[in-house]
Amino acid sequence: MKEIIKLDNIKRDFKVGDETVHALRGVSFTIYEGEFVTIMGTSGSGKSTLLNTLGCLDTPTSGEYYLDGTSVRTMGKNARATLRNRKIGFVFQNYNLLPKTTAVENVELPLMYNSAYNAAERHRKAVESLIAVGLGERLMHKSNQMSGGQMQRVAIARALVNDPAVILADEATGNLDTRTSFEILVLFQRLHAEGRTIIFVTHNPEIAQYSSRNITLRDGHVTSDTVNTNILNAAEALARLPKNEE
Amino acid sequence: MNTTNLIKIAVRALANNKLRGFLTMLGIIIGVASVITMLAIGQGSKRSIQAQISEMGSNMIMIHPGADMRGGVRQDASAMETLKLQDYEDIVDETRFVSAVSPSVNSSGQAIYGANNAPTSIYGISPDYLEIRRYKVEDGDMFTEQDIQTAAKVCVVGKTVVDNLFPDGSSPVGKVIRFKSLPFRVVGVLESKGYNSMGMDQDDLILAPYTTIQKKVLAITHLQGITCSALKEEYTDQAIDEITEILRRNHKLKESDDDDFNIRSQQELSTMLTSTTDMMTVLLAAVAGISLLVGGIGIMNIMYVSVTERTREIGLRMSIGAKGIDILAQFLIESILISVTGGLIGVVFGVGAALVVNGAAHFPIYIQPWSVVLSFAVCTVTGIFFGWYPAKKAAQLDPIEAIRYE
Repeated sequence: MKEIIKLDNIKRDFKVGDETVHALRGVSFTIYEGEFVTIMGTSGSGKSTLLNTLGCLDTPTSGEYYLDGTSVRTMGKNARATLRNRKIGFVFQNYNLLPKTTAVENVELPLMYNSAYNAAERHRKAVESLIAVGLGERLMHKSNQMSGGQMQRVAIARALVNDPAVILADEATGNLDTRTSFEILVLFQRLHAEGRTIIFVTHNPEIAQYSSRNITLRDGHVTSDTVNTNILNAAEALARLPKNEE
Repeated sequence: MNTTNLIKIAVRALANNKLRGFLTMLGIIIGVASVITMLAIGQGSKRSIQAQISEMGSNMIMIHPGADMRGGVRQDASAMETLKLQDYEDIVDETRFVSAVSPSVNSSGQAIYGANNAPTSIYGISPDYLEIRRYKVEDGDMFTEQDIQTAAKVCVVGKTVVDNLFPDGSSPVGKVIRFKSLPFRVVGVLESKGYNSMGMDQDDLILAPYTTIQKKVLAITHLQGITCSALKEEYTDQAIDEITEILRRNHKLKESDDDDFNIRSQQELSTMLTSTTDMMTVLLAAVAGISLLVGGIGIMNIMYVSVTERTREIGLRMSIGAKGIDILAQFLIESILISVTGGLIGVVFGVGAALVVNGAAHFPIYIQPWSVVLSFAVCTVTGIFFGWYPAKKAAQLDPIEAIRYE
């Protein structure tokens, strides 16, 4: 199986005044293509720092990080920006859509920073992605005319549009109600089934039940790394929910 | 990241904030429009003054007897009798940079024809005077050298005199008018020149042979002045030098003596008047330039607020692959778009305002192409200059912090 992410003894220190804070104290794991991994941990566990490192937004103090075979640690700012553009799809807790902008334009955004795409291809890819997340009917809706669930679907479409090596979701269901959360989980499970690699950072243990692997972080160390043998089906869970929340 | 995409991104961002964009633009619009209008007014009045001066003969040189001291008393210039006919003849014969010369003697008095009379001035001159002062004979002819030699009582009259003495509109040519009880036969009528920039009526005059005025009106042998024109306006200084040399020699002035004559050129007057309007133009442009500067600061202010307000957007763009330079370019293009669009609207408004000023207040205007190009260039530079700092700030944001900015 292809290694998408390989972390080798990653350490990240921050200087806060005179003190040095050790956010990551030697984290190593490998994520293979097609895995749906949840990374769990309480606040202060180093979860956010790990996410920033995985997302190439930050570089480790020491240790090696290979993303799809490329070493990230020594890369400069601009090289990392290009790497993010080609290899990573971000999904954020608060969606981070451009205000007053249509769904298509929001999804097109990553391709705007990739000169390999012209306007027509960009549009075609964006529409494809939106159809893939079930928003084919709402292409021209503006971000302020959509519900939270719809906005998160647009954000997922945006993360898919550049065919990334890995989708990084940061508390992607954190702002949604239970029903909508399950709808989004159904979508993630479907993407997983299609063979996409997904990393889902959360502090909600429930979500771990729907992923294929679960990594727990505590005080900058990996405390557990287990493969989930009994993956629950989010679609069934959604069907069992009482239908009074619309 | 290509430029087309960056411009698209910037245009979308501006379109999301139309009112704000317009209000920011307003500073630039007012700045550019006022620069153009003010320069148009300044240049317009300068041009109109220059046109009036050249109508009077921009290469004209006037020689008058200079003030002299007699027994410690400075004398009135008109009492001087230093300019002689010989001076006139020598200027005609010996100069290279002087093209036309005319003696000048004049007198004021009442002109009379039949039951009508009017106060006017009579100028004793030679036919060259027409060329020097750019007069033209419209009806009849100019008197001749023959008339000067015989001190003939003939004259050419200006339009105002005609209007006063011949209110019925009949042609004065061939009629005999009287000036200070002396009869003059009218041989020609001058084309009207209207008022000059000093408000003097250039048509209220009678021209007659200088010999006639010298002998029969004033009973003098000296000249009150000599008027001539330089070959070209730019030869004025050389002509003045030549004339000075001739006059000093004729008047037998020693090296240490002051000139006993004054030479004035139209060029001096022209320089004086245009320097006044130049100063006015500079002042107007400075005031307008300040408003352009204020407009620029307005852009910087708004862009700065905009960067802070859109921190999350910047963070997002960076995390999906925008480089620092892309963010810098986006914000810079936004501020340039604001200033260039504002500049274009400003040019339209400025030209419009100048035309309104011209139409409503009858101010002379002249829109110099360079003033339009200049103010447009200045506002583009303003956009870059004042957009740079906020754009730089945006580009230097840390994506990790920016994306979680509340």
